[in-house]
Amino acid sequence: MSVKITSREMLDELKQANLARLDAFEHRITVCNGTGCRACGGVEVKEALAAAIDQRGLSDRIDVMPTGCQGYCQRGPLVVVEPEGTLYPTISPEDAERIVQAIEQGGLVDELLLEDPITKERVAKRDGIRFYKGQERIAFALNGKIDPTSIGDYIAYDGYQALAKALLEMTPEKIIDEMTRSGLRGRGGAGFPTGRKWAGCRKQEAVPKYVICNGDEGDPGAFMDRSLIEATPHAILEGMLIACHAVGSSEAHVYVRAEYPLAVEHIRKAIDDARELGLIGENVLGTDFSVDVHVMEGAGAFVCGESTALMYSIEGRRGMPRLTPPRSVEHGLWGKPTVLNNVETFANVPAIILRGAEWFAGIGTETSTGTKVFSLTGKVENNGLVEVPMGTTIRQIVFDIGGGIPDGRSFKAVQTGGPSGGCLPESLLDLPVDYESLSEHDATMGSGGIIVLDDTSCMVDVARFFLDFTASESCGKCAPCRLGVPAMLEILTRITEGEGVPEDIEQLRELASVICSTALCGLGQTAPNPVLSTLHYFEDEYRAHIEEGICPAGSCKALVGAYAIDPDACKACGKCATACPTGAASGTLGQPPYTIDLATCVKCGACFEACPFDAVIRTAKGVSA
Amino acid sequence: MSDLLPIELREECAPLAGHPEHLIHVLRRVQETVGFISPDSEAFVSDLLGVTLSRVHGVVTFYHLFYTEPRGRHTVRLCRGTACHVGGAGGIQSALEEHLGIKPGETTEDLAVTLETVACLGACALAPVMVVDEGYHGKLTAAEAVAIVDRTLSGEAEAG
Repeated sequence: MSVKITSREMLDELKQANLARLDAFEHRITVCNGTGCRACGGVEVKEALAAAIDQRGLSDRIDVMPTGCQGYCQRGPLVVVEPEGTLYPTISPEDAERIVQAIEQGGLVDELLLEDPITKERVAKRDGIRFYKGQERIAFALNGKIDPTSIGDYIAYDGYQALAKALLEMTPEKIIDEMTRSGLRGRGGAGFPTGRKWAGCRKQEAVPKYVICNGDEGDPGAFMDRSLIEATPHAILEGMLIACHAVGSSEAHVYVRAEYPLAVEHIRKAIDDARELGLIGENVLGTDFSVDVHVMEGAGAFVCGESTALMYSIEGRRGMPRLTPPRSVEHGLWGKPTVLNNVETFANVPAIILRGAEWFAGIGTETSTGTKVFSLTGKVENNGLVEVPMGTTIRQIVFDIGGGIPDGRSFKAVQTGGPSGGCLPESLLDLPVDYESLSEHDATMGSGGIIVLDDTSCMVDVARFFLDFTASESCGKCAPCRLGVPAMLEILTRITEGEGVPEDIEQLRELASVICSTALCGLGQTAPNPVLSTLHYFEDEYRAHIEEGICPAGSCKALVGAYAIDPDACKACGKCATACPTGAASGTLGQPPYTIDLATCVKCGACFEACPFDAVIRTAKGVSA
Repeated sequence: MSDLLPIELREECAPLAGHPEHLIHVLRRVQETVGFISPDSEAFVSDLLGVTLSRVHGVVTFYHLFYTEPRGRHTVRLCRGTACHVGGAGGIQSALEEHLGIKPGETTEDLAVTLETVACLGACALAPVMVVDEGYHGKLTAAEAVAIVDRTLSGEAEAG
């Protein structure tokens, strides 16, 4: 395909040709090949299905397509049969033969279908599964429908039509106006209005200007950007090209974490393919718009997710934030006007251009429009990626879509916003998730990580965990972050080790307030948030550690005296012994009770997690079992 | 002083001479080729791109993915992200530390294994997760993690 697309007619022809190619099959089996499903054997499943189809001589009737992340990571590898929309979860290569046979005979493999946890009935249709009900997919619209490495698949689903519309029918001002009216706000965390950012860059006279896509997703617990780049790299690219045209830039950069090898591979391929078709290069679609796009791999520094630090990193420097203003739209990459947006923000752009600002603004809430992709993880039944309209409540996300808390445990809190965010307790389950509601309650949207915590999660330890992270990721440029965060961490560590003193709580609050008001960059200023919010909602737990030497959740290792097995509850299933890394838990299968040898026990808690009968008992220090 | 770097790499990097913006890229290529960044390599990069040695060293030590010491033949990278943390990654870390006799960031004496922790691998649905060389292993227990590392090492012994 070395012919360049120089007109909308040619783009349309290519679309029809690709649609015909895709429609030539009676059935298509899509296999999730995102990082998560690959780790569970998704590639092998795809190959087994292809082999089974080949063997039955059905290659001209049934297609197999590897797709990006389909979201339901908990049940990977996912296999979906189209056009029926039948979802088979947790498939292994051995199941391939039966699935292909069933398709050929027009039936289903009942025992491979998902069992509804409540009704216990088998659910065939993806759209009938609780996890997918209540989701609305814009950024994720094509995840699961296209092969991420095929530009033809993307074009078949209206790919690059928004770019054509923007270049051929819209002035830069009109595009910016459309973005402003759509109400789209930055999905990276701060929620700055995208239209206003673009307008700010557009009006700068300095040239050249740059557009940067921030794919340095560093928040622990967030992986929607990785999945978006892996699954629909062209949608992100198209959004970036539209931004280039709108602000008057002819050079764009994608900054991706090096820890995401598949995402790097896919975005590079997308850029090469788009270049070959002339969608990147000189005189795109026969207009005077010319553009080039580069990929920069990060080198492992969380702080590079901060926009000014990221730009220094592209320049080949240490990624250390600088004071703002001047803002990046005035003084960005190489000191030139620069628009920097998050991956998910760009992924929304083509849909807004094609379907209009009013359509987008009609979804979500008044001040937080559209949808948001959340990565739902932690102590929740259905881990995965969830895209819902803004304003959906935490309860809907955690319980309706997420399926609630596993193992009969109880909900304690959700942590949102990563290291800049906070923990929300059960009393706020009905809080709508939008920018304002979250920040009013000491939490933030962040990039959209939602980590569910149950009664075995210690809130002091969660706060300590985040400060440990921020302390080790601090770039060291400003003293409040470099010295203040470790000082807070020291106190928190002391508390989790049972060495806390009553003054610690006040000291933590004081340090937090200084850091919040004096740190140089957004990451430093928000670093104390995990402590402030857990202190706000869970001060009792801090006090239990300090005053009674007890960790109510039983997770702080130093406060655990010992693990023991309740002989009456033990069923001798052997799961504790299998999970134990040191051989301390042992016994004979079927002959209760098992025992734990305290001399070799490292108190890792694996047996406690593994026991299905709650027979493993954790005792506090100083209390005998 | 750059005799240690293969001629192919020096040729590949030659066109970038005098372009400081390629510093991170060149360092990455050096590391991919020889495994880590030695003082000699830093001096080579400094000469090539026309940037001070202190800036090269500053960049090398700023980013986690640059190493200034030789690495083990295998890398065990344990995720310490939030989902993994609440899923028991702490216990897995203790077990791996105990088993290998090293702390994160260290390499076993026989250069077999380097143990690392990473802030988040972005594979939270698999939590707790670790990556051994290129392979992801998810929903781990401490015992499984130790067994996987042993399998990797014994596979090496058989192959060798």
